[in-house]
Amino acid sequence: MGYHQIRFEKDSDKAIHNESLQKALVNVTDRFRSARNKASSKVSDWEELRTAARKIKKDTIANLDHYLVQLEESVKRAGGKVHWAKDADEASRIIVNIAKDGKVKSVVKSKSMATEEIELNSSFEQAAIKVVETDLGEYIIQLAGEHPSHIIAPAIHKTKDDISKLFSEKLGIPYYEKPEELTKVAREKLRSEFLSAGMGVSGANFAVAETGTIVVVENEGNARLTTTVPKIHVALVGIEKLIPRYEDLSLFLTILARSATGQKSSTYVSFITGPKREADIDGPEEFHLVLLDNGRSKILESEQTRESLYCIRCGACLNNCPVYRHVGGHSYGWVYSGPIGAIITPQLMGIDKAPELPFASSLCGACHDVCPVKIDFPKVLLELRKNVIESKEKNIRAGGAFLEKAGIKFWRFSVEHETIYKLLNKLSYYFQTPWKQSNGKLRSLPYPFSRWTDERDFPSVAKKTFRERWKELKDETG
Amino acid sequence: MVKVLRDLGVEVDFIEEQTCCGQPAYNSGYQEDAKAVAGRFLSVFDKALKSDPDRETYIVCPSGSCTSMVKVFYQDLFKNSPELLDKIKRIKNITYEFSEFLVKVLNTVDVGAEYNGIITYHDSCHLLRELRINEGPRQLINSVKGVELREMEMHDACCGFGGTFSVKFPKVSVSMLDEKIECIVNSGADTLVSADMGCLMNIEGALSRREIPIKVMHLAELLASRGK
Repeated sequence: MGYHQIRFEKDSDKAIHNESLQKALVNVTDRFRSARNKASSKVSDWEELRTAARKIKKDTIANLDHYLVQLEESVKRAGGKVHWAKDADEASRIIVNIAKDGKVKSVVKSKSMATEEIELNSSFEQAAIKVVETDLGEYIIQLAGEHPSHIIAPAIHKTKDDISKLFSEKLGIPYYEKPEELTKVAREKLRSEFLSAGMGVSGANFAVAETGTIVVVENEGNARLTTTVPKIHVALVGIEKLIPRYEDLSLFLTILARSATGQKSSTYVSFITGPKREADIDGPEEFHLVLLDNGRSKILESEQTRESLYCIRCGACLNNCPVYRHVGGHSYGWVYSGPIGAIITPQLMGIDKAPELPFASSLCGACHDVCPVKIDFPKVLLELRKNVIESKEKNIRAGGAFLEKAGIKFWRFSVEHETIYKLLNKLSYYFQTPWKQSNGKLRSLPYPFSRWTDERDFPSVAKKTFRERWKELKDETG
Repeated sequence: MVKVLRDLGVEVDFIEEQTCCGQPAYNSGYQEDAKAVAGRFLSVFDKALKSDPDRETYIVCPSGSCTSMVKVFYQDLFKNSPELLDKIKRIKNITYEFSEFLVKVLNTVDVGAEYNGIITYHDSCHLLRELRINEGPRQLINSVKGVELREMEMHDACCGFGGTFSVKFPKVSVSMLDEKIECIVNSGADTLVSADMGCLMNIEGALSRREIPIKVMHLAELLASRGK
């Protein structure tokens, strides 16, 4: 299905030429961005909160082994079961087996990037277990057979018209134009799914080591239903989602909602500690926590890029990224998009599978400025770029690699030798003559420079180099 | 820049041995090559500083990008070379981006420049987000006689240059640039000013290709203007 194929240049080109997608991207990123800016500016100690959150994440990730064991004990104490999954296959197998053991025929799911990452839906389908996404955005893309294009707004690449057509086609209903009508249809369909499902699968925004509580943040109420109505609740959680103490939640919930949607708090925040207790009237009888590694412990090994694991998946880096704004989520080729995708996809998949992504950034640093846990994206991207170049012998670079390397070596040689540098400065004035226009611009240079001049002019080199001018300037005032 | 500084009574020297700070290689992932070139930068400037240690000396650079390479990224690049860290610190502490030097060291916002036009200012990414400089250039522009400064929408958004990014992903780069050009045009300005050659080259390249008659100037050029 091409979901694992990272072809950033090709796919981004497609996205740029998709007019309705371009409009949607501008709308959604503008909206989220201004909401976030407004919400964060109202918190007087916002910067201190970011610093504090980063500090907690740094400590947690550095001592993850300790906190994970603590989490396991806490969940067991609360009556839940804990499963460890080293990769996507194992995680899917564990979850499907829980369903089989419980004789589950249908499953409801709330929004979870981790389940997207392991492609859980297709594992359920292979096991002939019905699975229904209950987040409206996820429901839409499940009907369309697509993948999310934004961490918190999975269906933003679809227009209202797309959705009207899709619903009419897949659900056998008339063409409804109004979003309210479409939402009503989805709501009715989903209600019956909740009631008949034998199992609910959720992700988690946080897992608290101290108490074994998992926290699910949402706006539609579907995650509340997913985690409480069916008899079995399974939460799939990446091992980086840990926070040490219950009291840390107030800080993280404060920064998460504001960074993500600009809300003070999302509409629903569920705190789930184990299955239902004896005195409880309802709630799931079984609670399973599946802890997912899938490449995360490998990221942990690198001190230079470890901070990639501090991410709380708020999506602020996407909304503020000028590259994401123009290429959308699908260009990044996998579940995670935008700046966070550019840094974690190559690390989770292996850098040879996504060598383009660390370069898919102008290093403008807007992501770093808004990240609630202050991930230094430019620094991590630069480290990953180095890793791509260094493992080049394995033939993982895209076309043009040889030319690029030759260019860099030539550049290095010339800037290391002043005489050559001066000579080239001088000679380039004559070299450029065949391409120079009457207005002094270069309009169509040969490959690879054509990648600049296809749509932009290039300035021509002045006849007199700065060094020559300096000789005169120096004497002017001595 | 030489003219502006001299007019303010600064003695300007240019070390002819210097070539590049190494950023192109660093940003492209070629850290070993970057180290060689950056190491050369450090030794060329260190030698020059040592030749006259008693004089109050600064390194001034008309680029937020090159300046942030020296001030911010050298310590990352050379994190495994503790023997160089002292030298980096010494050089970093006396290195200033041009506008920063005028405002912070010379305490000047009015350099006696004169220019007739409506100017819009593009915040270059490294200047803004690595060096946190945005007020100074605006104060300098506002103090130029005959100038009206008009902010564009999204003045702090990247223009799409990003060094080799601009040729690695030209379509993405130009798509970002298109939006920037739209903001510049909508501002109603007749002159665009910024403080980084990369952005200026990118923006001017598109304006010129589309024959949009907006003048593009480096901040130093503007500050060196003395009317007609």
